[in-house]
Amino acid sequence: MDILVSILREAIAPTTAAFALAAIGLNFHFGMTGLLNMGQAGFMLLGMYGYAITAREGGPIWLGVLVAIALAVVFAVVLGWPTLKLRGDYLAIVTIAAAEMIRYVGRSQNLNSLTGASTGIRGNEFKGSFEMLSPFPDRMVEFGPIALHGSQSTSWWLALVGWSLVGLMVLLFWRLSRSPWGRVLKGVREDEDAVRSLGKNVYSYKMQALVIGGAIGALAGIVWALGASVQPDSMGRPTTFWIWTLLLLGGAATVFGPVLGSILFWCALVFVKGVASAVIPDTVLNTQQLEPFSLTLVGVTLMCLVIFRPQGILGDKKELAFHD
Amino acid sequence: MTDDVFAQVPREPGAPKPDPIVIADKVHRHFGGLTAVDVDHFEVQRGAITALIGPNGAGKSTFFNLLTGFDKPQRGDWLFNGHSLKGVSPAKVARAGKVRTFQLTKALSRMTVIENMRLGASDQSGENFFVAFVPALWKAREEEITAKAHVLLKRFKLYEKKDEFAGSLSGGQRKLLEMARALMSDPEMVMLDEPMAGVNPALTESLLDHIVKLKNEGVTVLFVEHDMHMVRRISDWVVVMAQGQIIAEGPPDSVMLNPQVQEAYLGAHMDEDLSEPAAVDEIKKEASE
Repeated sequence: MDILVSILREAIAPTTAAFALAAIGLNFHFGMTGLLNMGQAGFMLLGMYGYAITAREGGPIWLGVLVAIALAVVFAVVLGWPTLKLRGDYLAIVTIAAAEMIRYVGRSQNLNSLTGASTGIRGNEFKGSFEMLSPFPDRMVEFGPIALHGSQSTSWWLALVGWSLVGLMVLLFWRLSRSPWGRVLKGVREDEDAVRSLGKNVYSYKMQALVIGGAIGALAGIVWALGASVQPDSMGRPTTFWIWTLLLLGGAATVFGPVLGSILFWCALVFVKGVASAVIPDTVLNTQQLEPFSLTLVGVTLMCLVIFRPQGILGDKKELAFHD
Repeated sequence: MTDDVFAQVPREPGAPKPDPIVIADKVHRHFGGLTAVDVDHFEVQRGAITALIGPNGAGKSTFFNLLTGFDKPQRGDWLFNGHSLKGVSPAKVARAGKVRTFQLTKALSRMTVIENMRLGASDQSGENFFVAFVPALWKAREEEITAKAHVLLKRFKLYEKKDEFAGSLSGGQRKLLEMARALMSDPEMVMLDEPMAGVNPALTESLLDHIVKLKNEGVTVLFVEHDMHMVRRISDWVVVMAQGQIIAEGPPDSVMLNPQVQEAYLGAHMDEDLSEPAAVDEIKKEASE
C-alpha cells in the first residue's frame, strides 16, 4: 500500500512534470526533426539560472521566465548556427560538450556571486515570489492518500503549474505536428536533400526546431528548480540521457509519448526501490546500495524495451519498421 | 513539331537553341586534381525533352548537381529564364521553377504518400511557424493542395496507396512518387536524374508516357539516363558528355553516329563492358547501316 502511494506521489510530482517537459522539447528536436540534441540538460540549466537569478535579484516572475527562454534561444542559435549545416552527428557532439560547458561555467568559483558556484542557488533565495502566488493553504494538504505542502517546493501549487505547462506543451506539439510546418520538419527528418529539392529552406527549419525545443527545455528547468534548487551538477549528462530514455520509452514523434514515458520511468524507479527494500534484507543490500541497484534494474528493463519494442510504447510500428 | 525547333540548331557541342530556358557558361568543378565538369557552353531548349548521356564518370550527375545548386562550381555562371542561379541555394532554385529528382530515390519513407505529395506544394503559408498555429489561415490552401495531389496520384496510379507509408512502395513506385511530388509545385522545368534506374520493366512504359505527357503540358525536361532505349524513345535532343566536357549534341537518331561519341563510349567500354552492352550493339549496328 505504501508503495502504491509513493508511486502515485511520484506520478504527479513536479520533477516528473519537469522531465516530461524536457522530453517534449527533445521530441521537437529528435522525434519531429531528427536532430540529435545530446545537451537538453544544458538548456534546462540555462533556464534554471535565468529564472533563479532574475527572481533572486527581485525581478518579477514573467521576467524570469522570459530571461530563461531568451537564454535558451540564444544558446540554440549559437549551437545551431555552425552545426546545422553539417551532418547530424556534429550537432550531437557540439551539444553534449556545450551543455557540459554551461555546467562547468556555472559551477566555477569566479561566478560565485552570480551562480553560487558548485553549491548553486538555494531554493529560498528565488522561490518566494512564485510560492506567494499559491492559491493553496500554506501547510500540508491531503488529497486522498497524498500529502503535499500547499505552496512550498514540491507542492500542490507547483504540481498544478508544472502539469498545466505539460498540458500546454502537449497541445503545442499536437497542433504543430499536424500542421504544414510540422510536415516540413518530418520531411527534414526523413531526407534533407529531398526537402531542399522541393524548395524548403532546411537550415531555417532545423534552427526553428532547435530553438523551440530548447525553449521548452528551459521551462522544464524552471519547474525543476522551483521544486528543488539550482544545482549545476543535477543537470549533468545523466539527466540528458534520462530524458532520451523516457522519450524513447514513451515513443518518439508521438504526442503523449514523452508524458507517459516520464511518468512510467519515475514510477518504475520508485516501484523497484520499494519492492527491493521490502524483499531484499538489509544485510545483502543496504539503503545506499539500493538506489544504484534500482537504476540498474530499470536500465535493463529499458534495454529490453528498446530491443523488443523499438518504437516505444505509443509509437507506430510501421513508422519505424520501414526505416531504411 | 519539336523537330522543327531543332531544325536550325547546329549539331555541335554547345549549340545555341532558339529559345533556351537554361544557359550555362564556363562551368568548372574539380575535386582535388580531378576535373569532374568543365562545360564551356550549354543550352537547354524550352519545352523540349533533352537527354544528357555519357559513359560512367562523364560528370553528368555532378553537372546536374551544379545546375540545381546542390553543388558549387569553382568557376562559371548559369542562367535559368534569364536569371543567374550562381550561388543560389537548392531550395531557391526549386522555388524559381526548376525541380529535380534523384538517382537514388528520396521518397520520405516514414511519411504517407499523400504527405509526401503535400510537401511538394508551394505557397502553403502554414509552413510558417506562427501561421501554423491558426489552421483557419492554411486549411483552405491545404484542401487545394490535397485535391491537386489526388489528381496527380491518380495520373501516376498511386491513388490507392495514398495513405500508406512511402517506405512500403516498390522501387518503381517510389520513382513515380518522386516525380509526382516534383510536379506539385507546377515547375517550369524538371530535371530527372536516372529516372529508369531500378525500375521494374513493367513500369518503364508508364514512366516514359508520363515524361512525354509533361512535355505536352509545356514542361521542359532534362534527364540523365543510361538506358539508350529510353533516350531514343522520348528525347528530342541529346547532349553527350565525356570526361567532364560536352563532346557532341544532336537529335537522338544521329548523335550516336558521331565518331567522338562512339570513341567515348567504346573507349569506356573496353574497361567495363557490362554496363551498356545493348547500347554498344546499337552503336555498332547503326555505324554499319
